Amino acid sequence: MSVISRGFSGRRRPGGDRLPPGQYLERGFPVLSAGPTPPVNTATWKFTITTEAGETARRWDWREFTALPAERITKDIHCVTKWSKFDTQWRGVSLDTLLDGVATNAGYVMARSYGGYTTNLPLADLRDGKAWVAYEYDGKPLPPEHGGPARLLVPHLYFWKSAKWVTGLDLMTHDRHGFWEELGYHDYGDPWREQRYQGD
Amino acid sequence: MARAAVPGRLNWLVATLAESRDETATARTLVFDVPGWPGHLAGQHVDVKLTAEDGYSVQRSYSIASAPDGARLELTVQTIADGEVSPYLTEVLEPGDPLELRGPIGYWFVWRPESPAPVLLVAGGSGVVPLMAMIRARAAAGSKVPLRLIYSVRTPADAIYAPELSERAVASTLDVTYLYTRTAPPGGRTGRISADVVAAAAWTPADKPEIFICGPTGFVEAAAALLVDAGHDPSVIKTERFGPTS
Repeated sequence: MSVISRGFSGRRRPGGDRLPPGQYLERGFPVLSAGPTPPVNTATWKFTITTEAGETARRWDWREFTALPAERITKDIHCVTKWSKFDTQWRGVSLDTLLDGVATNAGYVMARSYGGYTTNLPLADLRDGKAWVAYEYDGKPLPPEHGGPARLLVPHLYFWKSAKWVTGLDLMTHDRHGFWEELGYHDYGDPWREQRYQGD
Repeated sequence: MARAAVPGRLNWLVATLAESRDETATARTLVFDVPGWPGHLAGQHVDVKLTAEDGYSVQRSYSIASAPDGARLELTVQTIADGEVSPYLTEVLEPGDPLELRGPIGYWFVWRPESPAPVLLVAGGSGVVPLMAMIRARAAAGSKVPLRLIYSVRTPADAIYAPELSERAVASTLDVTYLYTRTAPPGGRTGRISADVVAAAAWTPADKPEIFICGPTGFVEAAAALLVDAGHDPSVIKTERFGPTS
């Protein structure tokens, strides 16, 4: 039962059906980070996939990573703080490419970032053309405050799942909480089901 | 990292506006009664939901300005002239009017009264709101930890809570350093956050402070970088963007 706000009519916009519930359209690109932007040097950058047994399955340095087949991606993104942005343009490597040939029985993944940030996702949500590691935004190298040199891009989930400054994926048999998930945010984070916080 | 007990599902609660007051020409504090409010920590925020008669509904997040105080909750809202929600909250909503909110949200950007560390607060514009909750919560809890606030505003008239900050600075171990980016008071100078400001007004890394920075993106990025450059451990610096919300 909703409380009607006396005198509130709101501002319906064209394209409103592209907005998940509770979201509004943003033209800029707001920045949200829990702490300082960590310095990440592409000369020492690494991206590692670790199996559930703790073994290194794949590892790339920056030169190797940016030589992998890359895709252009155009997607709407949705931040849990209520803003959405349409048709954001990225370039990066599909997780299908990165996970190709990795033998695993894991159901979940912990994404790890420079600076210590983590976020958990089901492995299935990283497969089948749904997720990338992106290193260009709007045709330019991804700026540090937006997660550069490379960030996870999982646009069908709230954007905190798209870990900035990502440096690896740990495959996990059982789900565990990442940084925001431990602090009350939802484990899955589907914007269309408005899964913002634990219990939603 | 604190592993506080995070409550279960956050239900929507009906809040009733009890009173409101202007803070500046564009910022207004709204005082709500929220039966069932579970309490909060300084630095947390709420989600506010407005619903039109035809069912159209919108949500925004607002920082809590008040110290924990039973079912009372204060939000300070910066009015965005062409915004969808903020002008309604600051210009249309009247005492007695209800709205829905849920929270508290955010267990990272929080100050806990039992913390013994000195505190550095760095605010840009309306980013001062959650930091004011920390200043108030410290006083309410009787905490004696020393506290420093660096507060960057465009002009003196844009400073939210200025009279209260002056009173609290006299009454307790609170130091406030204002930075005026556009117009300074008579006899003062304009300036931005810089290494010199940090050296003069922040704690040193040896003081082992807790650091909270809140403001627009560019301000937060600049302040955080300056504090890291000054030798502060990045892991003690907590940041929150507080852009105006339409």
